[in-house]
Amino acid sequence: MLSYALKRLLGAVPTLFFIITAAFFLMRVAPGGPFDQERTLEPSVMANLNATFGLDRPLHEQYLMYLGNLARGDMGPSFVYRDFKVHELLGSGLPVSIQLGLSALLLAFIVGATLGCVAALRQNSWVDYLVISVATFGITVPNFVVAPVLALIFAVWLDLLPAGGWQNWSPEHMLLPVVTLALPQVAVVARLIRGAMIEALRSDHVRTARAYGLPTRRIVIYHALRAASLPAVTYLGPAAAALLTGSIVVEQIFGIPGIGRYFVQGALNRDYTLVMGTVIIVAVFVVLFNLLVDLAYAALDPRVCYD
Amino acid sequence: MTDRTALSLDQEAPARPSRSLWATAFLRLKRNTLAMISLAVLIFYILAGIIGPEITNHHYAEVYPEFVKVPASLEGYPKSDEIPALAESALARARLDLGQITVDGGTIRVEASSSREIDPRVTRYLDRSDLFANSRIAETSADGQSVVMEADVERLHFYFGTDANGRDLLARTLISVRVSLMIGALATSVALLIGVLYGATAGFVGGRVDNFMMRVVDVLYSLPFIFFVILLVVFFGRNVVLMFIAVGAVEWLDMARIVRGQTLSLKNREFVQAAEALGVRSAGILRRHIIPNTLGPVIIYMTLLIPKVILLESFLSFLGLGVQEPLTSLGVLISEGAKNMRGDAYMLFFPAATLTLLLFALNFLGDGLRDALDPKDR
Repeated sequence: MLSYALKRLLGAVPTLFFIITAAFFLMRVAPGGPFDQERTLEPSVMANLNATFGLDRPLHEQYLMYLGNLARGDMGPSFVYRDFKVHELLGSGLPVSIQLGLSALLLAFIVGATLGCVAALRQNSWVDYLVISVATFGITVPNFVVAPVLALIFAVWLDLLPAGGWQNWSPEHMLLPVVTLALPQVAVVARLIRGAMIEALRSDHVRTARAYGLPTRRIVIYHALRAASLPAVTYLGPAAAALLTGSIVVEQIFGIPGIGRYFVQGALNRDYTLVMGTVIIVAVFVVLFNLLVDLAYAALDPRVCYD
Repeated sequence: MTDRTALSLDQEAPARPSRSLWATAFLRLKRNTLAMISLAVLIFYILAGIIGPEITNHHYAEVYPEFVKVPASLEGYPKSDEIPALAESALARARLDLGQITVDGGTIRVEASSSREIDPRVTRYLDRSDLFANSRIAETSADGQSVVMEADVERLHFYFGTDANGRDLLARTLISVRVSLMIGALATSVALLIGVLYGATAGFVGGRVDNFMMRVVDVLYSLPFIFFVILLVVFFGRNVVLMFIAVGAVEWLDMARIVRGQTLSLKNREFVQAAEALGVRSAGILRRHIIPNTLGPVIIYMTLLIPKVILLESFLSFLGLGVQEPLTSLGVLISEGAKNMRGDAYMLFFPAATLTLLLFALNFLGDGLRDALDPKDR
């Protein structure tokens, strides 16, 4: 298992390398630069700025320089947030995004799995239809609609929760954004678990467990859910990577200082190093979570074996 | 005896006309009430998108400075009790002593007097305001120092209210529906074209080429997708049509995977081998045998791709990367509504409800089509 994980991590290096290269050159081909302002700078000032950040050199040299610095763990200075290094910006935003994403992920899995199981156990009853409707609602309504509506109801009308802002691990600041983030995931997880659960409940090993006279709860949780969670785990891998690296919409609406906003602002400002930093973080998370999913497979399904 | 029954059964069988895959699918779809309602809603949206902006009484970009952020109402604006004040402000520059102002249905009567003789052209002050038209002098006193003016009140209807600039929200919602549907259709077509060609080629050629092509798809998958879209938008500028294509160019990855999987299972089937044996060239086999047979799953995926694309466009517009003023889109309207939700919740409600209903209809129809076309539970 360990050697498999190591092999996979090594295999991810070329992928990451390709992503970094593609992002680097794509961004440089785009018109405009980080120092373009409404008031054009004097040519000498511009030349000085470009020289300071190494932007005056040929592109391939800049690329090699960036790779060299990256290999030493240096993502370079941000071009637009002066006096900040990219790793400082990401380092202050990432914990917030992870806090938010992790809470949403846990909520999504617990609530989604519960709903899915309940619906599957009472297939075609009103409970089942209710769960399916809620799931359809959660998948269909986009989060940039859910977020303002939740803020409107709970912050403006009922005045129960703050409409925005952030404090670490403060439940009242986290509740609305976490629910907004989790809602579509709850819906997808509930749907996937329901479908897989219906199949699992018909399978031989569950029938055997029933024949042994095990209590239903034990059968569902230990025997059926284990098999039925595979599709949900597959789905949650990439979803987790997306959640943990920040949600642009939720962070914008609730005013949360995560890293989601750097995607948009960075690209619009042509803040090359910042955008590269966010791209690398997302790519690393995607690779990491795909690996975790495969390892979880082995843990959940004894037939899967990596050697 | 047994032979006879068998025979009669054989004879009866052709009496029932055979139905094609599509006819069967449509029959099954017709039985699905939710899908049929969704279809009706969708047709309504399409009509609203095509003719709606032409028949509304306001243009989506027209600004009414007098009516900024008026709430949605079936009654016309200005409301009766506001008219006298508006008439007073319109006549302020005429330097008249205004007497009684009465509103009667669609006309207003203003009594005015002055220490000097009143020029009849004074009514133009009323005309100059957009609210009054057809102003005239109804009575003039003998000394010409006091008059009664009459004018028609132009009532404006804002069924969805107006936005922060005083533009009709109904007209803006309708034009956004048009934009959203156009994006859905165009971007999905682009995704379809790229995805089907790419997937079919990769699956059919197979081997190293397939490996490489799918590896490229994997890498594109792990590129942060929003970054990709933003770059495309930056490249193309904020041109709506080019943005459709950009969105489509990002969304083809799933399509390519689905088609490749289908192609892999199709290419070893007997009819493909037969075509190969007959000497049909690869391009011909792809066009004539492989692609038509992948259409079922492709259509299902396509109906579910349209809401995804519409959502993506709204999302981009929400971030301010989408269509530009004065043209608008549901994402822009929702974003503006979210900014103004304190006090003016209607500005959030109408566009949000419009988008949600559209997405619901598309999703239900997509689910219905999948059930109808899925041969597994026939």
